[in-house]
Amino acid sequence: MYQDARTLCTTRQQLQKKEIKVSEVVQSCLDNIGKTEPLIRAMLRIREQEAMDMARELDRQGPDKDRPLWGIPMTIKDVICTRGIPTTCGSRILESFTPGYDATLVQRLKQAGAIILGKTNMDEFAMGSSTENSALQKTLNPWDLSRVPGGSSGGSAASMAAAQSLGSIGTDTGGSIRQPASFCGVVGMKPTYGRVSRYGLVAFGSSLDQAGPMTSCVQDSAAILNIISGHDHLDSTSSSTPVPDYLRALDKRKDLQNLRIGLPRQYWEEKMSPEVEAACKKVLETLLEAGAETVPVDLPHVQHGVAAYYIIAMAEASSNLARYDGVRYGYRDQKARELMDMYRRTRSRALGEEVQRRIMIGTYVLSAGYYDAYFKKAAQIRRLIHQDFIKSFESCDLLCSPVVPFTAFGLGENVDDPLQMYLTDIFTTSLNLAGLPGISIPAGTGKETGLPVGIQFMGPAFGEELLLQAAYILEQSLPPLPFPAALRE
Amino acid sequence: MKIDNEYVSRIAALARLETSPEQAEKFAAQFRDIISYMDTLNQIDTAGVEPFYSPSQNMSVMREDEARSTCRRSDILANAPHHDGEYFIVPRII
Repeated sequence: MYQDARTLCTTRQQLQKKEIKVSEVVQSCLDNIGKTEPLIRAMLRIREQEAMDMARELDRQGPDKDRPLWGIPMTIKDVICTRGIPTTCGSRILESFTPGYDATLVQRLKQAGAIILGKTNMDEFAMGSSTENSALQKTLNPWDLSRVPGGSSGGSAASMAAAQSLGSIGTDTGGSIRQPASFCGVVGMKPTYGRVSRYGLVAFGSSLDQAGPMTSCVQDSAAILNIISGHDHLDSTSSSTPVPDYLRALDKRKDLQNLRIGLPRQYWEEKMSPEVEAACKKVLETLLEAGAETVPVDLPHVQHGVAAYYIIAMAEASSNLARYDGVRYGYRDQKARELMDMYRRTRSRALGEEVQRRIMIGTYVLSAGYYDAYFKKAAQIRRLIHQDFIKSFESCDLLCSPVVPFTAFGLGENVDDPLQMYLTDIFTTSLNLAGLPGISIPAGTGKETGLPVGIQFMGPAFGEELLLQAAYILEQSLPPLPFPAALRE
Repeated sequence: MKIDNEYVSRIAALARLETSPEQAEKFAAQFRDIISYMDTLNQIDTAGVEPFYSPSQNMSVMREDEARSTCRRSDILANAPHHDGEYFIVPRII
């Protein structure tokens, strides 16, 4: 099938030099979609006609060197508002919702010249770790069609692995960019909380949510982060910290000399599958060869990260999702005769089971008599976890750990046991609690399953430059992954 | 608090949801599992620890109180299940 090693960065150079037309780039993505989409079902909407029209218009105008993503086809997770393009969040309740405005990050991508090629599938309202909670369709893993792509940004990850576009935007509340990136063998970056505006990102856990790039290589991640980062007056939690040139930063470091990489004991000593352990330990050897020093560090409270995370995420979700009441947008149950009944009937019928489960547990942990025991307690643990990270950066520059304890699991394997599904997020949730940046890159493939294994770097707040530099050097030192097995001809 | 079917139905009512008896039973078992896992946090002494509610460093962000154009009214209303061109229409309230 598609064996082209073209990336966003190489393509944009060819576009700027007029070596290739925008319409050719878009057409090649559409061809890949045509071949792979019937197998993996990663996209909820494909803007075939609109993207080609836009491509021809850009070709007519000619390259614009001031627009760094000029002519680049990209996909957007369907939890991010796109003006005039339905934004469903993978939910029946928003199946008919078309935003009247663009999320700030979408506006910035468009201003930079990107073409929105489509919207990607996801767990309903980003609640899940397998994309099986999408109410609209099931996405399959491009490496093995009997397995999940991970989640909640599973559509973006699978789509990138199948080379359906040159870059995608996902969101990460508890690992939803990094975990599917790991399962599908792509690069997934979760920026520092506040680095990328959340305006127009449909809220799940407001103190945890952060959008970021999902790409085929680290360079592309830097190129996209350059565009979407920065303060936005429409998001009061967005940061005014200056945005460095992440792409240029990649050239500033040639090796990992003098870099201290912390290995959190609590993660490395956790139970994981032998193939994940082997692949990740091999990465450590590569890091040492590239000149880095590895130091053991302690994050004594991260073992409580999953419990604290789910309390906080569910509490925030129960509050955020109160807006789906059948009044202003989305589905409304037409049988109800009075308002309260309409709320109940609408929400029970159009929200999926996992979403209802989380809203209810969130309601419980916030209810009178339980607030201190659960929500406040979790927020105190969150403080301890944050302090653990801060302290660890006194003895190292970056942290490194596996992303998930195993490779992609089978479809249906965890659907009947929600707690088991939550526990798959063991290496990712604490970083969101602390609001810090992380990047997952392919470490190789597992010896037993042949599926991709990811490794993540985690850094101090607004330390994306160093994260990307280290990931870039590591990426170049590791053998590239082949095209996903299930899509090869 | 014992989480049984009846208790699940009460939480559902607070969350403006309704559960069938079968669903309440399934949820009750799952909630007991999940909440007892959450209860493991009680092993940790957090006396005197300041809660951490947001990683954002921004405090009370202010802006000028100026009118600006955002969305078109017609775009907003177009998404409503029932409207009259000016207002959202809902079923009887009282």
